[in-house]
Amino acid sequence: MRAKPLLLLIAHRLAILAYIAFALFPLYWLLKVAVTPNDLLYSEGIRMWPSRASLEHFDFVLRHSAFPVFFKNSLIVSGSTAVIVTILASLSGYALSRFNFRGKYWLVALMLLTQMFPLVMLVAPIFKILSPLGLTNSLTGLVIVYTAFNVPFATFLMQSFFDGIPKDLEEAAMIDGATQFVAFRQIILPLTLPGIAATLGFVFTAAWSELLFSLMLISGNDQATFPVGLLSFVSKFSVDFGQMMAAGVLALIPACLFFLLIQRYLVQGLTAGAVKG
Amino acid sequence: MDHVARQGGLPAGRTPLKKRIADSAAPYLYSAPALILIVTVMLVPLVLGVSYAFRDIQLLNPFSGAYIGLDHFRALSEDQAFYRALRNTLWWTGASVFFQFVFGLILALLLDKPFYGRGLAQALVFLPWAVPSFLAGLNWAWLFNPVVGPLPHWLFGLGIMSEPHNILSDPQLAMWGPIIANVWWGIPFFAITLLAALQAIPRDLYEAASIDGAGPVQRFFSITLPFLAPTIAITILLRTVWISNFADLIIVMTNGGPADRTQIVASYIFTQAFKRLDFGYASAIALVLLALLLAYSMLIVILRQWLLSKD
Repeated sequence: MRAKPLLLLIAHRLAILAYIAFALFPLYWLLKVAVTPNDLLYSEGIRMWPSRASLEHFDFVLRHSAFPVFFKNSLIVSGSTAVIVTILASLSGYALSRFNFRGKYWLVALMLLTQMFPLVMLVAPIFKILSPLGLTNSLTGLVIVYTAFNVPFATFLMQSFFDGIPKDLEEAAMIDGATQFVAFRQIILPLTLPGIAATLGFVFTAAWSELLFSLMLISGNDQATFPVGLLSFVSKFSVDFGQMMAAGVLALIPACLFFLLIQRYLVQGLTAGAVKG
Repeated sequence: MDHVARQGGLPAGRTPLKKRIADSAAPYLYSAPALILIVTVMLVPLVLGVSYAFRDIQLLNPFSGAYIGLDHFRALSEDQAFYRALRNTLWWTGASVFFQFVFGLILALLLDKPFYGRGLAQALVFLPWAVPSFLAGLNWAWLFNPVVGPLPHWLFGLGIMSEPHNILSDPQLAMWGPIIANVWWGIPFFAITLLAALQAIPRDLYEAASIDGAGPVQRFFSITLPFLAPTIAITILLRTVWISNFADLIIVMTNGGPADRTQIVASYIFTQAFKRLDFGYASAIALVLLALLLAYSMLIVILRQWLLSKD
């Protein structure tokens, strides 16, 4: 009787380890090639760790390539998108959580619809609309597009966080003479800080990862975001693996930082409105 | 005090008109910015895109723009590349969803009970979810590349491959590249969602069942699965739609090649719009894809009704 639980325990831990290895191995390999000096890249192709590690690729990427510009552009786009979406979504999420109003059903239906149809459908029309406005090849254009794409999911997310806060709190404040907006801003919003952080994180990661629209809307190097920059780099210098992977490691940093910050809320947050990856 | 008393003392019907208007306008004011943005950036382009499907719109051709009726759809019905993309979409979506779900469910079950180091293990196994999709694609493309990646050499060493070559350039195997990358990337999503559902199952049910003498397998099939079924159904449904539209990995890893063997409908639309700048034809394909997805959703709804009415 004693041997069986122990065996199960070992099998459980081994399975977890296998998952961790599978999850981390590609990222580990990215890092490994990024620190392998060029002269060892081919001779030590499948060694687990190069006999000599160096940061020369990072040095090159940071000082002699356009990647710092891409990095800055991506930070601007993802950061602004995250902040604007979170503001808009807390307002609309609050409306959905606290009010019953005519048209609410249609608002929810519209937001659900935007989650269902393929966004790739919009590539051509959005280009046609933004082009005469001078918003193609512009970071502002990207921020507008990403904000609209992310608002519906963020609204549902914020709504679920507002639903978790008792209504009595703002009712008490309103009896004391505060308007509903003041109660919302001064009492409810501070209580939803974890929700706000999670929303910021989700949207930032989504905007940081977006590929198709940035490929379509951005053409010049100086407005390129990270995905566009990295892909054009790959097609131009497809032999310089060390530098590409060093750039890849750098692109990974902000996304992983945000992930580690929000991962505590993932399981709770996604229970509420898991409709989109 | 006086102020509060007066506010509370007013009969409901005599609230000042101004305040009543303000109150009824409030929810609209809260949701207006989001709504306006969604309508202008998503709904208007969607309608415009539908109209493009019936027009000759080529970005580089200033004389294009005329309405041409169903010409695009006629061309589409004879487009062999489109039919291939349709078959590839089925294969890509089916395989990705199946493996993501199976491995995601196993992972969720492994993480369900507390153990020492669970927080850390959870953070590590969910990490791929945070990796930007273009980077996940590039990363796996490099792993499959015999010059810098270990995978071809390992497969060769195991005797699965006759020589270490890149499966992404092998027409027979190329689709497995993006599928594996997608599985790696998507397991956390399924695991997170299923884990959340697992944790919502009341624990005393399990205790009661084991007192009644149910073994772990029996408990899984009579408690866990029935409780998870709604979450599983809805997650798989939404994920199927989402993955069939998910072109990032394919565009990054193979760009539809070799010889269109990995082209799915979504990446085909993007290629038509991005490379050939033929917005009209791209929109026509998109419209067909939308119709297919709607039909799929309808089918599911009808199936659900039928299953419910049978019980």
